[in-house]
Amino acid sequence: MVYIALKDRNFNPWQELDRHCQNPANSGQGVHNGANAVFVGTMRNQNEGNDIQSLFLEHYPVMTEKELLRIAHHTKEKWALSDVLILHRIGHIMPGDSIVLVAVWSSHRLASFEGCREIMEDLKQKAPFWKCETLLDGRQQWVSQNTPGQMGHGLGAASAMDQ
Amino acid sequence: MIESPSSPTQYAKPQSMTLQVYYFASLRELLGKSEEKADISDAATTAELWCHLNPDHGWSSSILCAVNHTYATADHALCDGDEIAFFPTVTGG
Repeated sequence: MVYIALKDRNFNPWQELDRHCQNPANSGQGVHNGANAVFVGTMRNQNEGNDIQSLFLEHYPVMTEKELLRIAHHTKEKWALSDVLILHRIGHIMPGDSIVLVAVWSSHRLASFEGCREIMEDLKQKAPFWKCETLLDGRQQWVSQNTPGQMGHGLGAASAMDQ
Repeated sequence: MIESPSSPTQYAKPQSMTLQVYYFASLRELLGKSEEKADISDAATTAELWCHLNPDHGWSSSILCAVNHTYATADHALCDGDEIAFFPTVTGG
């Protein structure tokens, strides 16, 4: 099953995960799933050397949901995932708030690790969201590009700039 | 004897299209508009539509576009009633 939602207010990713698993309609908690991978992206108070006061996340209604569903279904099929959950903020976001939650479930760990990463990278490349930062001095600026996702060696040793 | 058409309607008329256009993020701010309706009398592609609507801002490969909520290329042929969106690099996640 694939579930995606845009959230216009701050959410607790762990409560949302728990709620998702408690729903009998979702197979995430099924005994045939041995693996579950989760990614949570959180707003930082710094980016490219600037102190950030807040963020506004603009999106393209209809296309954003459509693209997230496409990404989720594509990856679910590719890695034979049981479940995919994607929650993504829109609107005003404060430092420390969750921006995105991606969770996948599968029989074994390879599919979950790869599927979760792939959804996150595809989302950053394709889903129509745009971040506008408000700096501490009040200036506003659009984020022009994403930080790269790390591949291969050094995986897990995220830099200060990487999410 | 040379026959001529009895009425101008015998000639093919250019196809007329009405399109809904949206601009997002920094492109919206650059152009000073978030949306507009376009009435085009000739068949157009997404890049041609951009040039028609924004003659002071040339087409660039950094401009992304979508037609009816699906990513499209610069040479995508438009149809009457299409919704087109132009936007910069996406930065979600």
